[in-house]
Amino acid sequence: MIFVVTAFLFLAIVLYFLLGGADFGAGIIELFTSEKNKHKTRQTSYQAIGPIWEANHMWLIIAVVIMFVGFPVVYSTMCTYLHIPMLIMLLGITARGTAFAFRNYDAVKGAHTQKIYNRVFVYSSFITPLFLGIIAGSAISRQIDLHATSFMDAYIFSWFNYFSIAVGLFTVALSGYLAAIYLIGEADNDHDARRFIVKAKVMNIIAVAFGGLVFVASEIENIHMAHWIFGNPVSLTAVIAASVSLIASWILINKGKRKIIRIGAGFQVTMILLAVGYMHYPYLIMIKGGQNLSLFAYQAPETTINDLGWGLFIGSFLILPSLFYLYYSFQKKEIV
Amino acid sequence: MNDFIAARSQMAISLGFHIIYSCIGMVMPVFMAVSHYKWIKTGEPVYKNVTQAWSKGVAIFFATGAVSGTILSFELGLLWPKFMEHAGPIFGMPFSLEGVAFFIEAIALGFFLYGWNKFNKWFHWFTGVLVGVSGIASGILVVSANSWMNSPSGFEYVNGQYINIDPIKAMFNGSWFSESLHMTIAAFSATGFAVAGIHALMIARKKNVLFHTKAFRIAIVFGAIAAILQPFSGDISAKNAAKRQPAKLAAMESYFHTQPYSPLTVGGFPDTAAKKNKYGLEIPGLLSFLVYDNFQQPVKALDQIPTNEQPPIAVTHIAFEIMIAIGSTMMLVGILYFIAVWKKRSWLTKNWFLKLFILSTPFGFIAVEAGWTVTEVGRQPWIIQGIMRTSEAVTPMPGIQYSFYLFTLVYLILSIAVIFLLSRQIKMVPELYDVKEPKLSHH
Ligand code: HDD
Ligand code: HEM
Ligand code: HEM
Repeated sequence: MIFVVTAFLFLAIVLYFLLGGADFGAGIIELFTSEKNKHKTRQTSYQAIGPIWEANHMWLIIAVVIMFVGFPVVYSTMCTYLHIPMLIMLLGITARGTAFAFRNYDAVKGAHTQKIYNRVFVYSSFITPLFLGIIAGSAISRQIDLHATSFMDAYIFSWFNYFSIAVGLFTVALSGYLAAIYLIGEADNDHDARRFIVKAKVMNIIAVAFGGLVFVASEIENIHMAHWIFGNPVSLTAVIAASVSLIASWILINKGKRKIIRIGAGFQVTMILLAVGYMHYPYLIMIKGGQNLSLFAYQAPETTINDLGWGLFIGSFLILPSLFYLYYSFQKKEIV
Repeated sequence: MNDFIAARSQMAISLGFHIIYSCIGMVMPVFMAVSHYKWIKTGEPVYKNVTQAWSKGVAIFFATGAVSGTILSFELGLLWPKFMEHAGPIFGMPFSLEGVAFFIEAIALGFFLYGWNKFNKWFHWFTGVLVGVSGIASGILVVSANSWMNSPSGFEYVNGQYINIDPIKAMFNGSWFSESLHMTIAAFSATGFAVAGIHALMIARKKNVLFHTKAFRIAIVFGAIAAILQPFSGDISAKNAAKRQPAKLAAMESYFHTQPYSPLTVGGFPDTAAKKNKYGLEIPGLLSFLVYDNFQQPVKALDQIPTNEQPPIAVTHIAFEIMIAIGSTMMLVGILYFIAVWKKRSWLTKNWFLKLFILSTPFGFIAVEAGWTVTEVGRQPWIIQGIMRTSEAVTPMPGIQYSFYLFTLVYLILSIAVIFLLSRQIKMVPELYDVKEPKLSHH
């Protein structure tokens, strides 16, 4: 059962990254859209993510629940040493979710209030994935120090380091990239589609650059990520697959294949997560001084893992088909 | 403010905020489903208008509920890491199932809010019902997680180790039924009275009378029935507390000295130094009767509980008194409503009658907050009754007071924003939904 639970954890993280990421990305794209096109971008992204954003963000909750039920020590360690970035991420989620709902459901569409909602929305769309990335990066950065004696060492430098921040920026860029790709398919005219194509390309270049930065930062922080990733066949294959699909995506973007490139982009990001995930599997947190928190060594007692596994398994039969139907239904575009 | 108090306060304010949205999230979909059903059946446009107006308001509440719930799921770990480390595997089952329920709720909500005129009308209606059903299911599940903290079961605690864990047994702990029942009824009475009160105000102001009357009726029927059932379910809760948490019951009653014919205290204020209740009315034997169904059997009082295992008495007692006072009032108002419907139809349009409901608007939610204060403060000093102290669970990170101030500010801003948006929605009712009411239309 532990494998079922671990698989669901990985699935929840990947799906949150893809769906939630694309969702945050819509805000990031809006942030970097010129004033005259902002309105149109907003409208397209509202139609695209309006019905599905709540569901997209449920993957985070599922991941958290799996963590604290199945791997409580791992969770409590993260909550203790990464308290501050988690707090900022929560504030980001709060600001973003409410601003999105408020701007669409405010009965009076006043220019001034809309402006406030939009501001909050775009900035929190940037901050949240940044800190999500920082948290993920910190988990494997070996900067969490269980024996730290000062506040700074224990609660600040655990996440405030080159590597974590590089991962954060990389996450932001990937989110923007995913959103741009998604929006290409949602655009209702060629002009907008072309705008999103340009955005996708720019975001892609930025993502590749930040990806490089992650490697550089990992060398500075003595994490030697390159060595890890290129040293094991699975991660290496995943990285190669991601690169190949990257090239394929560019060709398909240029050919205007709007829906297939979504699969391509999703595939790329999944491969990146797989490469990183496999690289330090089964360790979820890597701690200063070499001690690591392995999923197996720190799993909950067997009865709990069994019940959790069954719960997730049965739950997924309820969730996945209806979720699929939701996406499918709102893909048919007669929506006003 | 020390870190421990700050952590408790942050938890309390987060939960106190979230509970309002979760009550609305559980109950409004039910109201909408009724109104929606009436529209499909009768074709009267006013029911469609009521459903749509409600669904716009509810979308705001849902988003706020969803983000505040997300904050909570993290806060459990951020503020109480030691608690989650041990409790997670034991009481996590309802949380995992709750995750499933939320997911279904979020999916159904997408269909419902964005699906007008896009789907078969019964399918669309059904998605609305599903939002309500999964909301109520998730409420019951999360309360059963909380009830485990009050009556821990499903594990053995030996030498500081938690062994033989059985998550299913933990979920169906001794308090899950009484707590979930009381909470679910409370959600209906609180939301029912609040919604009815707002629409009553609009009727009294003669604004869109038809629209607001239909809305009022739907809300108050649920609210009144729930308010009448509430004290009975409260009685079950009190009996359960007496059995599993005698310290909590004694603090609720501000009851210091164990005695036969144990009295029920009404009102007053506990004087903890003198160990007695001041200015209260004592009805001899009634507490014995409520707990044991006979007037004689002594109920355990605070004198039998070590001081370092007693909860804050004043807070628990006063919160309990507030809940009881409001519960009795709401029950009376509920009964009056049914008298009006069955015997005195003329009351229904009278101003004093409407005023009664306008006045009652916040009552249910005040009682909900008070009731949770009883449950949570009454459990102190334990985070897991009898097993782990709250002070042992708190995060080692210093400076929690700043995070408390920050979250207080966030909740304050959100509350103001929600009130602002809701009042705008109500103001826009004439413009958006007035078309079919010739008398009041301004065309
Ligand atoms: C509309 C709200 C409302 C109303 C009118 C009442 N309650 Fe209540 N009460 C709650 C809302 C609530 C609550 C907020 O929902 C609580 C907190 C935890 C729970 O399960 O329900 C609660 C808890 C709670 C507890 C503590 C349970 C425990 O911690 O184990 C008791 C003993 C009662 N209630 C008893 C009553 C009685 C005798 C009432 C009759 C007048 C009453 N309540 C009215
Ligand atoms: C939503 C309704 C709820 C409200 C209004 C509420 C209220 C409160 C209050 C006032 C406190 C502070 C008590 C004190 O420190 O004196 C508290 C603490 C706490 N509550 Fe609740 N509670 C609610 C539901 C829940 C649920 C469903 C859970 C868990 C499943 C929970 C878990 C906790 C925990 C872990 C603490 C901190 C430890 C403690 O003080 O015992 N609460 N809550
Ligand atoms: C420690 C306590 C709690 C935690 C950790 C928690 C967690 C959550 C989470 C994560 C969500 C977001 C789901 C979404 O995105 O749709 C949520 C929403 C919700 N919660 Fe809570 N919750 C707590 C207390 C409660 C209580 C006491 C109730 C009810 C009795 C409740 C009922 C709901 C409902 C009905 C929703 C649906 C969304 C809405 O109505 O806005 N929760 N909660």
